[in-house]
Amino acid sequence: MALNPDELAAIIAGDIPPYSYVNLGIGRPTRVADHLTPGSGVVLHTENGMLNMGPAATGEQVDTDLTNAGKQPVTELPGASYFHHADSFMMMRGGHLDVCVLGAFQVAANGDLANWHTGEADAIPAVGGAMDLAIGARQVFVLMSLFDKQGRPKLVPECTQPLTGLACVSRVYTELAVFDVGPGGAVVRDTFGITVDGLRERLDVPLSVL
Amino acid sequence: MSQVQHLDSVDEAVAGIEDGSTVLVGGFGLAGMPFDLIDGLIRQGATDLTIVCNNAGNGEVGLAALLQAGRVRKVICSFPRQSDSYVFDALYRAGRVELEVVPQGNLAERMRAAGAGIGGFYSPTAVGTMLAEGKETRTIDGRDYLLELPIRGDVALVSAHRADRMGNLVYRKTARNFGPVMATAAETTIVQVHEVVPTGELDPEAVVTPGIFVDRVVRVAPRHYTVQGAR
Repeated sequence: MALNPDELAAIIAGDIPPYSYVNLGIGRPTRVADHLTPGSGVVLHTENGMLNMGPAATGEQVDTDLTNAGKQPVTELPGASYFHHADSFMMMRGGHLDVCVLGAFQVAANGDLANWHTGEADAIPAVGGAMDLAIGARQVFVLMSLFDKQGRPKLVPECTQPLTGLACVSRVYTELAVFDVGPGGAVVRDTFGITVDGLRERLDVPLSVL
Repeated sequence: MSQVQHLDSVDEAVAGIEDGSTVLVGGFGLAGMPFDLIDGLIRQGATDLTIVCNNAGNGEVGLAALLQAGRVRKVICSFPRQSDSYVFDALYRAGRVELEVVPQGNLAERMRAAGAGIGGFYSPTAVGTMLAEGKETRTIDGRDYLLELPIRGDVALVSAHRADRMGNLVYRKTARNFGPVMATAAETTIVQVHEVVPTGELDPEAVVTPGIFVDRVVRVAPRHYTVQGAR
């Protein structure tokens, strides 16, 4: 069976080494936080200037001065720290974050990433911290569906949408399979309800097997 | 000069901002946005402004209100497009405001460079992307970097939590964001705070922005607004 989003988020959470400093970007990857166990020692970084970010705030906890990168209200955990934006992006660019998990429009077999701009002529470009995160974190995981709404593969030989970063993604988590990507091309690590040959039929990239 | 001006009103605090100024505006979304100073700037009337801010306004308050008033010629930001950035979106699509998109870390570091007297720096962010177009590339120890130049403001508008009479500042939670960086990068830094305490009452070990970076301070009442996505 193909995995549902929660199952996939749980697998990513399980693959994050204990005591990692982790950035979960915005949107869907933030679900990974729900599956991190308190004993894991994982510390969440948010680009707007905080380490040891806690879960979403509800009711009385909501504080307009305390939000995540998606501008939604969150909480702080004991041992949290706040810092300004130049320091926050120093943590990314300087290689101090162990893992980030990002969404994507396309990932190439060599690890190129396209996740910020649809390339449509009338789109208003908005990059946020995506390019800094992509080249900064020591390991970049992508969480995405394997196919877009038109059924086209999002794991591709070469990105056709505007690039976010070159050769920066190390692993891609999808509902049907987990892939390592990089200089050696795409390697299938795991499959869910499909065979490797089944994947080969639906993708245009050569696949090797772990 | 070590004399920080403590002003009685927001209108006095924003006096003298000239047409055509580059204005650094703090805040990440609504957190840390200097609402009162922006409202003062709208009343003050300066126009043809270049605004440097992470976002391009939310709803019809703060920066969005300044845009709606037609005072902004250009926005330099990392993330204009949001679910409630409809004021900016309409102006941009109508060709009435210019946009320069800068990756968020480069935006912060370019202002930090201005404040630190650095003439530019090489950043690995955006190498190989369309945001690298026109930028000098340099390979250092086998890795490619782009030359990024400082962004200096004529004015910075910053929201902090508490100031003392020396202009030392502390912030609150993630409302800190761009404030400490912008405060260093402008000719005139104007700060709105919720409280001004006597000199000596802020713990010197906890001061985030030393008063040397601050020119004017005005106290404003805390403002309550709804956070997007609040449940």
